[in-house]
Amino acid sequence: MPEEVVVVVDGVLVRMPVGSMVSAAIMTAGVSSFRRSVSGEARGLLCGMGICFECRVTIDLQPHCRSCQTVCQNGMDIRTCE
Amino acid sequence: MTSPTFDVVIIGAGIVGSACAAECINEGLKTAIVEAKIIGGGATAAGMGHLVVMDDSEAQFALTSYSCKLWSELKEDLPPSIEYEPCGTIWVAADDEEMAEVRRKEKYYTERGVPVQLLDAKALHEAEPNLRSGLAGGLHVPNDCVIYPPCAAKFFVDRAVLNGAKLILGKKVKNIQKDGVRIDDDTFLSSGLVVNATGSWSPLLTSGIDVKKRKGHLLITDRYPDFVKHQLVELGYLKSAHSVTDDSVAFNIQPRKTGQMLIGSSRQYGVESSQIDTPILRRMLNRAIEYMPDLVNLSSIRTWTGFRAATPDKLPLIGPDVLNSKLYLATGHEGLGITTSLGTAKLLVDQIVGRSPSIPVGPYLPARVSELSHA
Repeated sequence: MPEEVVVVVDGVLVRMPVGSMVSAAIMTAGVSSFRRSVSGEARGLLCGMGICFECRVTIDLQPHCRSCQTVCQNGMDIRTCE
Repeated sequence: MTSPTFDVVIIGAGIVGSACAAECINEGLKTAIVEAKIIGGGATAAGMGHLVVMDDSEAQFALTSYSCKLWSELKEDLPPSIEYEPCGTIWVAADDEEMAEVRRKEKYYTERGVPVQLLDAKALHEAEPNLRSGLAGGLHVPNDCVIYPPCAAKFFVDRAVLNGAKLILGKKVKNIQKDGVRIDDDTFLSSGLVVNATGSWSPLLTSGIDVKKRKGHLLITDRYPDFVKHQLVELGYLKSAHSVTDDSVAFNIQPRKTGQMLIGSSRQYGVESSQIDTPILRRMLNRAIEYMPDLVNLSSIRTWTGFRAATPDKLPLIGPDVLNSKLYLATGHEGLGITTSLGTAKLLVDQIVGRSPSIPVGPYLPARVSELSHA
């Protein structure tokens, strides 16, 4: 068994292998709409490599974090627009 | 002799030229406005859009407070695109010396009927919790506002065109002549008067006027609603803005309706390149972070530069050119053109039609610096 971390996605506990990206945890939690555009459209994981900024979420109360570039840490509080 | 096609041809559709066009049309003058690039695309698009009463001099106070009053009268007419936001200004005092300046400013504004409120350290912290602790206090000027200037320029031009002004877009003026202007497709626009409202480019069309480029940098952040609630300007800004030789930076941050923030400011003379100057940008941001440490955790989305049109005495040129009485100048507004565009338009048209202006125009007449400009 690989070592695991536990994060919280929109209030739900999610277990992830150590080294997983926050974006993977959000997908694992079954959330596909990560944030809303200015006009209210759903936005989610697109480039997966830190370029497009579409997958931004709030991590530990810090808004606009790129979930595809942030590694899951135990107890991390991740909030999408859902 | 045939009469000219236009009463007034205005060159430049920045916020100043645009406001002048709207005012000329309002006065019933046959008006054309010529813009080489896009409406509100120069310093109008590069600046912050702060409608602010300033007191560097009596003349500056007179023009900015008059203009802010005109903006306030106009606010019901402004479309949402202009993002008019009455957020007020807080002049931030870092230490006791700057707090003394706050008290002087409080007295000055109060005596002249501009509402202000003195903030001690605690009140400042409550008003803006993201400012660092240990600041001395500040002066809150609640009637100052924020707008999005390019849309304001567009609004004035649209208003002028709707009422009969001719807009000539994408044509550069080759030269200004005694009876009109020649544009780059060789068309001649005959006009009774010509107004040069081309900001920091105005000396290219009117050689000899003392208007210099003063470069500035700005940065815009991602959306962080309520991180900042007022336009915040350090009082040290005055030291920065007054220096006419050295490069300088000052803390200046503005909340936008979108939740984004604009962060400034920098001032540089003698620089023609519009490229980002990384050392200056770094100094500017370090200054901002000194005042608001948590800015380091926020994301920026863009930085850019622009050129203010600076005059030696920090006042604009509004009125007839000293060598050509049929040429009017409406330029040299430095960092205050968004605010003073409306006052400028009124004072220009008052002079054109020979009406007594609401405030004395002497301090803004180009003739005041004629010994410098046409020596």
